[in-house]
Amino acid sequence: MQKIAELMRAKAVELLQSSKAERVLAWRAGEFFYDNAPAAFNDVDACQEIVYNEFCPANLAKYLIEATKQQKKTVVFLKPCDTYGVNQLLKDHRIKREYFYAVGTPCSGMLDVKKIKELGAKAITQITCEDNKVIVETPYGTKEFAKEEVLLDKCMMCKGNEYKIADEELGEKLEPIQFVGDRFAAVKAIEAMSAEERFAFWQEELSKCIRCNACRDICPACSCEQCIFDNQEAPVGGKAAADDVEEQLFHLIRAYHVAGRCVGCGECARVCPQGVKLGLLNLKFIKDINQFYGAYQAGEDATTPSPLVSYKENDPEAEEAVQRRG
Amino acid sequence: MLKDAAKFEPKIVAFCCNWCSYAGADGAGTARKNYPANVKIIKVPCSCRVNPMFILRAFQRGADGVILCGCHPGDCHYSTGNYYTRRRMALLMSMLNFMGVAEDRFRVEWVSAAEGAKFAEVMNDFVVQITALGENVKLRDLRCKK
Ligand code: SF4
Ligand code: SF4
Ligand code: FES
Repeated sequence: MQKIAELMRAKAVELLQSSKAERVLAWRAGEFFYDNAPAAFNDVDACQEIVYNEFCPANLAKYLIEATKQQKKTVVFLKPCDTYGVNQLLKDHRIKREYFYAVGTPCSGMLDVKKIKELGAKAITQITCEDNKVIVETPYGTKEFAKEEVLLDKCMMCKGNEYKIADEELGEKLEPIQFVGDRFAAVKAIEAMSAEERFAFWQEELSKCIRCNACRDICPACSCEQCIFDNQEAPVGGKAAADDVEEQLFHLIRAYHVAGRCVGCGECARVCPQGVKLGLLNLKFIKDINQFYGAYQAGEDATTPSPLVSYKENDPEAEEAVQRRG
Repeated sequence: MLKDAAKFEPKIVAFCCNWCSYAGADGAGTARKNYPANVKIIKVPCSCRVNPMFILRAFQRGADGVILCGCHPGDCHYSTGNYYTRRRMALLMSMLNFMGVAEDRFRVEWVSAAEGAKFAEVMNDFVVQITALGENVKLRDLRCKK
């Protein structure tokens, strides 16, 4: 993916110089090479700092809201999965098409440094990928992992290598990831539990939450101009203000209010510092929507109405739908 | 007669749309059909006015059962409101189930203005069901581990 980084820098410079755009959204190296962060680049010199490797998981889509507010044409590099979020933001009228130029950026799967560390790699100095092998250099020697072991959870649910929106594509598409399993497997496992077990599971999971709102901030479907959780006066404003019940309701409502718009990008679960499995709530809604109302993928395009703003006369009744669950 | 102190009296919140179900409740009254006083009606302009949060809030504040009533599909005063209600509530009910919170404390029923008898019947039935389930601890306890 090093080659892609070069292509990105060149493309960013070309677009800035041709005045097709005023700024660029891409990734910048963090303290370590495996914690790259989203960044805006405003001139040609700055663009030399653009990086791209297996550690650029963040979806830049949401930063387009700012670009639209500033009314500055912005180049945005989008991995195939990121394009779904952009379409959803367009559909929700949160960004305007005239203010961004989308460059499709090939991806062969992002890696999870936490998994690599948990597998025993300490003081990592370099990570290289060769096909399905991940080679990790450390002062204590070289370790080798199968890609499948260290891929980000969200990449295990990869939607493929198609860009759903792009003004142009960078280089050749990379092979889609081969390890994609049943993305609802974890949801089904919970469904199979008894009611008591399900309750205990969620109580355990959601109790970990520290209410940092990272899951809200990253989500391309959660983009209201004003959010109740920013109101310090509100009794739900944060960990300190909220009582126990509000804590739990936060998660139910967070998941519910994006139902039908959630693109299933898995970003919410990825950014959670507490490892709350909150993405499962969203996947449950996606599974139910597909089952009750027919297959639907949010962000596939910017026009199809969401299933929660549509209906059929012969939709199942609520009780009936829950019975049909399985 | 003094009430039996040990007897559990559930608190039931019924959201009723103005045009059908609330009129249905009225009809039950005019026709002298009894339904238990446990049912507290909240009138809403249309069943689709009910945000899922209303249901959760009612449970949080101590309701043992919540029922949402609207016009029959196709008969909504605003033409299509209850079709949206139906989808929203199906998803909510399924999610409550998924979180291990008894979804059988929550019901959706279509009751027309002419169905006073049905209104009374539904409410009687729901009160029996909730009484059997007992006090709602789970939803009120939908909280973090201590
Ligand atoms: S990111 Fe995790 S800890 Fe932060 S609010 Fe969301 S669930 Fe809670
Ligand atoms: S998976 Fe999470 S972050 Fe992504 S759209 Fe759905 S709720 Fe938002
Ligand atoms: S007015 Fe009764 S459901 Fe809409």
